[in-house]
Order: sequence, then structure tokens, then C-alpha cells
Amino acid sequence: MRLASAFLIGLIFGLGIVISGMVNPAKVVNFFDVAGTWDPSLIFVMGGALVTTFIGYRLVLSQDKPLYAARFQLPTASDIDRRLVFGSAVFGIGWGIAGFCPGGAIPALGTGRIDVFVFMLAMIAGILAARFFLARQGGAGQTTQTGRAPV
Amino acid sequence: METAFTPFASLAGGVLIGIAAVLLMTFHGRIAGMTGILTGALLPADRDDWTWRAAFIAGAVLAPIVYLVATGAMPDLQVPVTRTMLVVGGLLVGIGVTVGAGCTSGHGVCGLARLSPRSLVATITFMLATGLTVFILRHVIGG
Repeated sequence: MRLASAFLIGLIFGLGIVISGMVNPAKVVNFFDVAGTWDPSLIFVMGGALVTTFIGYRLVLSQDKPLYAARFQLPTASDIDRRLVFGSAVFGIGWGIAGFCPGGAIPALGTGRIDVFVFMLAMIAGILAARFFLARQGGAGQTTQTGRAPV
Repeated sequence: METAFTPFASLAGGVLIGIAAVLLMTFHGRIAGMTGILTGALLPADRDDWTWRAAFIAGAVLAPIVYLVATGAMPDLQVPVTRTMLVVGGLLVGIGVTVGAGCTSGHGVCGLARLSPRSLVATITFMLATGLTVFILRHVIGG
């Protein structure tokens, strides 16, 4: 049941990405192209996701623990530092160049398009390279127990 | 390349993304951030930690197929950039989400929903950086 639920939740997430249009880089890039072929649809994706999650989290996080795990694993980091801003800026530049973000690209793999696999391999290489570099620096852990692990 | 404005489909899809985030917290106690889920699947802490991530990712990858079966067509997917841009952009996305500890789903949806100041700074930063990059590529260089 634990794995079946994770699978179904992943499917719901993926369907949300597909139906919303986030799966389509042309649509994503157009959202940011205010001066050109602007498509404001992404505001509705973010708005719908955010309001739903905001309300849902209020209800869920008032419980003692999740159904299939011992505790809620929430990020504990609170420092706003150069690393956060630098990393987010680099992500934004990459997103603007390629048009895919991680949550959009993974469901897009299911379309079988070579372009998505090309992006995905490069992104994984970037993740592993950054992990390796950060580990050598002694900065980041690999699990959510560590404050700065990815959310 | 123009794309159609789809407020209703986009809102419905956004709500589904939100429902998935709430369910993942309800059942597994986890943030639905694709960066974190994928990184943990690539570099798992242990077997139990790996399996739920792999199952989530498998479900997400299957979504276009389910959409195809339900509607008779694959979702629209146009790549308006070159292969080189996909590779360069992919590398930068991978590095950026790792260093910045999150992406659109982790910071932009789950983090903002938790009213995390870190996620707010991250989201504003990457949205501005993306907008600026698109502007430069399309209107300064590509002018």
C-alpha cells in the first residue's frame, strides 16, 4: 500500500503537470516572455497548486504523523544565504534556456521524446556534479534530515 | 511560437499538483519537491527511502500515457530551443536546484504553502532569473 500510494500520488502529480501545460516548454517559456508571445497560463497553475497545498497542509500538519511514516519530514533550514540565492539564480537561468524544470521534465519523459531525455541526462549530470562538489566542501548531506537538502 | 492561453486547464492541473503535494504529506510525510525526490532516488539513503521515490517518479512518468489513453492524444509538447540549449540549460538546472536546494515544486509550491521565507526568496530569485534569461535570449540576442 505504501508504494502503491506513492505511485498513485506521483501519477496525480504528473497528470497535474500534463493537464496544466507545465509539461510543455513552449508554454513555460512563453509565460516568461512578457515582452513577446506572452501566455499567462502558468499563473493559474501556480495559484491553483499553491492555494490547494496551503489549505491542505494546514489540515495535514495538524495531525500527529503521516499514515505510512513515523513523522513529517519538513525542511529545517531557515537561513537566507548566498548559496540559496546563487543556486536559485542558476536554476532560473537554466530554466529560461531550456524551458524545462525538474517537475515538468519528469512527467514529460513519458511522452518518449528524445529532447526530454537529452535535457534529463544533462540535468542529472548537473545534480551529481553539484552534489559531488558540495560534499567535498563538506556542506550538504543527501537526506532531508540535513537542513539544506533539496525540498 | 505562440501557445494558447488555457486558464481553466492550467488551474485544474495546478489543483491536481496541489492535491498530490497534500497527499504525499498525508501518507508519507514528505515535501513534494521534484528536486529532492529525484536526488534521493539517485543517491538513496537506504532501500526503504529509495522505493517510495522510485514509485512516485514511475507514476509521474506514466502520466502522459494515461492522458493518451483517456483523451486519445499525447499532451502538447513543443521544444522551442536547440539541443545545445537543452544540454546547457539542463546542466544549469541540475546545478542550480542542488545548490539552491529546491525547484518550482519544492520551493515554489510546497515551500510557499508553508510560508517559508527561504522558499519565497528562492522563488522570487529563480522567477526573475528565468524571466531575464528569456528576455535576453529572445529580445536582446535573438532580437
